Amino acid sequence: MSGIFAFAEARDGAVRRVSYEVVTAARSVANELGEEVHAVVLGGSGVRSGAAKLAKYGADRIFVGESDALSRYSPEGYATLATDFIRQHGCRAAIFPASAMGKDLAPRVAARLGVAYAAECTALTIEAGALVATRPKFAGKLFAKVGFEQEPAIVSIRSNVFTPEERSAAGEVEALEVSLNAADFGAVVREIRAAAGEKLDVAEAPIVVSGGRGLRDPENFKLIEELAEALGGAVGASRAVVDAGWRPHAEQVGQTGKTVAPQLYFAIGISGAIQHLAGMRTSRYIVAINKDPDAPIFKVADYGIVGDLFEVVPRLTEEIRKLRG
Amino acid sequence: MTTRLDERVVGTRVRSVVCVKRVPDTEARIRIAGDGNSVDPSGVKFVLNPYDEFAVEAALKHREGANEGSVAVLSVGPAESAEALRTALAMGADQAILLRCAGGPEGLSVARAIASELKEREFDLALFGMKAIDDDLQAVGAMVAELLELPSATVVTEFEIEGGKVTAHREIEGGVEIVELDLPCVLTITKGAYEPRYASLKGIMAAKKKPLEEKEAQLGGPSHPELGLAYPPEREAGRIVGEGPEAVPELVRLLREEAKAI
Ligand SMILES: Cc1cc2nc3c(=O)[nH]c(=O)nc-3n(C[C@H](O)[C@H](O)[C@H](O)COP(=O)(O)OP(=O)(O)OC[C@H]3O[C@@H](n4cnc5c(N)ncnc54)[C@H](O)[C@@H]3O)c2cc1C
Ligand SMILES: Nc1ncnc2c1ncn2[C@@H]1O[C@H](COP(=O)(O)O)[C@@H](O)[C@H]1O
Repeated sequence: MSGIFAFAEARDGAVRRVSYEVVTAARSVANELGEEVHAVVLGGSGVRSGAAKLAKYGADRIFVGESDALSRYSPEGYATLATDFIRQHGCRAAIFPASAMGKDLAPRVAARLGVAYAAECTALTIEAGALVATRPKFAGKLFAKVGFEQEPAIVSIRSNVFTPEERSAAGEVEALEVSLNAADFGAVVREIRAAAGEKLDVAEAPIVVSGGRGLRDPENFKLIEELAEALGGAVGASRAVVDAGWRPHAEQVGQTGKTVAPQLYFAIGISGAIQHLAGMRTSRYIVAINKDPDAPIFKVADYGIVGDLFEVVPRLTEEIRKLRG
Repeated sequence: MTTRLDERVVGTRVRSVVCVKRVPDTEARIRIAGDGNSVDPSGVKFVLNPYDEFAVEAALKHREGANEGSVAVLSVGPAESAEALRTALAMGADQAILLRCAGGPEGLSVARAIASELKEREFDLALFGMKAIDDDLQAVGAMVAELLELPSATVVTEFEIEGGKVTAHREIEGGVEIVELDLPCVLTITKGAYEPRYASLKGIMAAKKKPLEEKEAQLGGPSHPELGLAYPPEREAGRIVGEGPEAVPELVRLLREEAKAI
């Protein structure tokens, strides 16, 4: 009885990319502890088809719970299946994505098992044979290392930190028995309204292009959208422009918005207030474009251009488009 | 017709409990204390957790909309946590409960204290902030729901109550889930439809006379062994590539060749 539980998230019958990150993280923990990775995928009919791919990232066994009762996320239903699985297999750790679903589910699982939970972890290591998690606090102003008094250790991992690694393994897909009835759930998703276009979420995108008050007018965000599109990234925003109603809160980066850690972050017409920096300072590379050479954003930027964004950004978009052909 | 009306009356006379936390202000420079495991509170200004302000506002809006119902606010923490409760009372909450304990418990132990208090009370809605901006856990609301075996929706931007049901808009990647919940239920609130009001002077004066009940928190384990706090790695001072659009080709070259990020 053992194993590392990896929650592989699916939506609309498709396994999401964050799941590869979760399985990758589980694999490295499992290797150090000498355990197997048990990936669990829950969803409606069709979810099985994408599940086999999880083997490539290091899942030894892949359990698929396929049922109409699971076609949309249910905190109660998913928590029951995940908790029962972890108990039955005696899993030593359970790893979830720090996604909307993962951050809803993992605390429920921890509470039902009566064990501690560490959220948004950026590193998982083994010390003296036990899992140690590193996680941000105060929106990244500090990082805490925490241990776990009891097993299983429940964690969620931040997007874009654990880069999916492919290996040559062949995990087996098995069916997980599901005897749930959606009618028993006290909370039911009636409808999912997608934002216009299949937009990348700012917290999950590998490249984020954020705009601030320097844009002067909501119309001008077109410049940000075009650059983001050329780069294949997501649009982010400072709170100033969210408060002004130019952009939805879902795009806000910072202490009272999303905390992001993409490969590449552009801050355009953003001054770099402490609350904004808190949400993006662990990005791999930061580029700032600002007309004020003394703007605090330049203190954290790897590359800066001092200049008028209305001149710089269109040129940048053009160069990127040329590059991408 | 009558039944529908009755249902609506039952559905709107909502008793809310809003869980609130006192946290360092977002402007605060957070320093590690001498023990290496806690935060040095000196010189730090504390405020009501911004997400909890949304939750308090949501409860007040619904009470005002229905012209009836009640709003209680609850906090777990040391004596100073009463400040956050007073702020919520000044915004318009009716009564406050302080579950006192030493230090700053987090996660499941806080959830246990809240759940054991809620078990003793009658309520329809338990509201939480989406997350506390100090521990950044985003967990206590869902944990309380689990401990009380209640339905929940997290990261809610707005909700309606009608006929004994709640319809909540929950923010997910690239869209919104419309969730229907039975009462009583747990919601965690984020920025959306509820722009927090400022406490008026009158509100602040009135808050002083509102009931604030104190008792011992029933904390339960487990706690995390804290293995140390650290500052994020300092970012190396970057460089200004150049001025104006002429600098763009060089920036693109650096991003490609040096950073290998595009
Ligand atoms: C409780 C609380 C929570 C907060 N949470 C957040 C949060 O989560 N996220 C967040 O972002 N903020 C947050 N803030 C707000 C934060 O303090 C700042 O007010 C905000 O980040 C400023 O947004 P900005 O940089 O877009 O605007 P400004 O600070 O006004 O900066 C605009 C910048 O644009 C530049 N600019 C102007 N015109 C041009 C041009 N033509 N070309 C190039 N550059 C130009 C200016 O030089 C300036 O640097 C919070 C504040 C509080 C009190
Ligand atoms: N000590 C506390 N007292 C009361 N409510 C709390 C406390 N800690 C957290 N909460 C509530 O739980 C929410 C989420 O907190 P957290 O899970 O710590 O990020 C907060 O926004 C509060 O509504």
